[in-house]
Amino acid sequence: MHEMALCRSIIELCREQAEQQGFRTVKTIRLAIGTLSHVEPQALEFGFDAASRGTLAEGAVLEIERPPGQAFCMVCEATVPLAQRFDPCPRCDGHQLIVTGGEEMRVKDLEVE
Amino acid sequence: MCTVCGCGDGETKVEGHHHHDHHHDHGHDHGHHHHDHGDHEHVLPDGTVIRHGHHEHHDHHHGHGHHHHHDDGVIDLGRGPAGTEVPGMSQTRLVQIEQDILAKNDSFAAVNRQLFAARGAFVLNLMSSPGSGKTTLLARTLTDLKGRFPVAVIEGDQQTSFDADRIRATGAPAIQINTGKGCHLDAQMVTQALGRLGTPENGVLFIENVGNLVCPVGFDLGEAHKVVVLSVTEGEDKPLKYPNMFAAADLLLVTKVDLLPHLTFDVERMIAYARQIKPSLEVLPVSATSGEGLEAWYAWIDAGLAKARR
Repeated sequence: MHEMALCRSIIELCREQAEQQGFRTVKTIRLAIGTLSHVEPQALEFGFDAASRGTLAEGAVLEIERPPGQAFCMVCEATVPLAQRFDPCPRCDGHQLIVTGGEEMRVKDLEVE
Repeated sequence: MCTVCGCGDGETKVEGHHHHDHHHDHGHDHGHHHHDHGDHEHVLPDGTVIRHGHHEHHDHHHGHGHHHHHDDGVIDLGRGPAGTEVPGMSQTRLVQIEQDILAKNDSFAAVNRQLFAARGAFVLNLMSSPGSGKTTLLARTLTDLKGRFPVAVIEGDQQTSFDADRIRATGAPAIQINTGKGCHLDAQMVTQALGRLGTPENGVLFIENVGNLVCPVGFDLGEAHKVVVLSVTEGEDKPLKYPNMFAAADLLLVTKVDLLPHLTFDVERMIAYARQIKPSLEVLPVSATSGEGLEAWYAWIDAGLAKARR
């Protein structure tokens, strides 16, 4: 359940920002969690509830965007969509793919008070 | 650890040291403070309800979005950090961040990587399911390579120092990190362990991660390569089941190959699955018992060390 550690990192980021930017509570946290990343959004929401209690982000809403998976096919020499890591290239059916998108795990912005 | 919300993985111990990042209230620590009184429950997507016996009261239905249902019909404005809210003072604003969630881990990993480069150390992060034979292979490797170059080992497990003891029995310096309820090593734990263990000068540091094919994958420790270990007594479809791990690794060690005559495990098929995830994955079949394939594994280490050396 590494999502719990990720929740702590998110809250830590909020704390740092609160110090720098002078706010007290976080209302909304917008995240980009790529569809090929190793994070299960549901587990993240789950863990966040527990991890955030008693912190400035308690009760904050997680808004999670899911940037889609993308890969560069070395055979087709083209960027192609990739739904899952083990999927073949939709053009040539091969597996000579380098993942180029959908792996991100980013905090985009915060709505704060 | 609560298996649902995963709370309470803050009890990391580096041998001889106990680190409690937070405060244990109930003997079943959730790493947060409770404001209410009674129980809370988790409702899994499959309908399973898990209830916690804290001194707390508000039922949380997790799993679908992030909705809190406070059944008592009270809007509590006293729950904020200041314990109060001033009407008319609420001014929501947007703060742009655009930072990686693992930024903190990655900064420790960068520190480790710098240290490794400065010492000319070749560092491997070994990951697998529990029971793949990582420690057995490592003990054999250390015994066979004894005296060729300096070595050190960081062992990660939730509990016990059994593995570090096994490694120390080979004569190699080793330190055990007990992650307590944690499911992976992070870069800061490694930084901490290095402070006590030291970094082998122009040598090899093996980091044996917690046996888990899921959680350790996202946490860069500052290693040169992630090495995934899969034994032939496991399923050959594991690369497809745990694609993130196989995508992150540079080398796949297939262990226990001396058992192949007794099994139906199709090595070629497993390798094909793994390369479906990562076309450039190197694969070395080995047996710590028969010694098969070990020379190739040692040659791979030598080549890496030659590049890392100062």
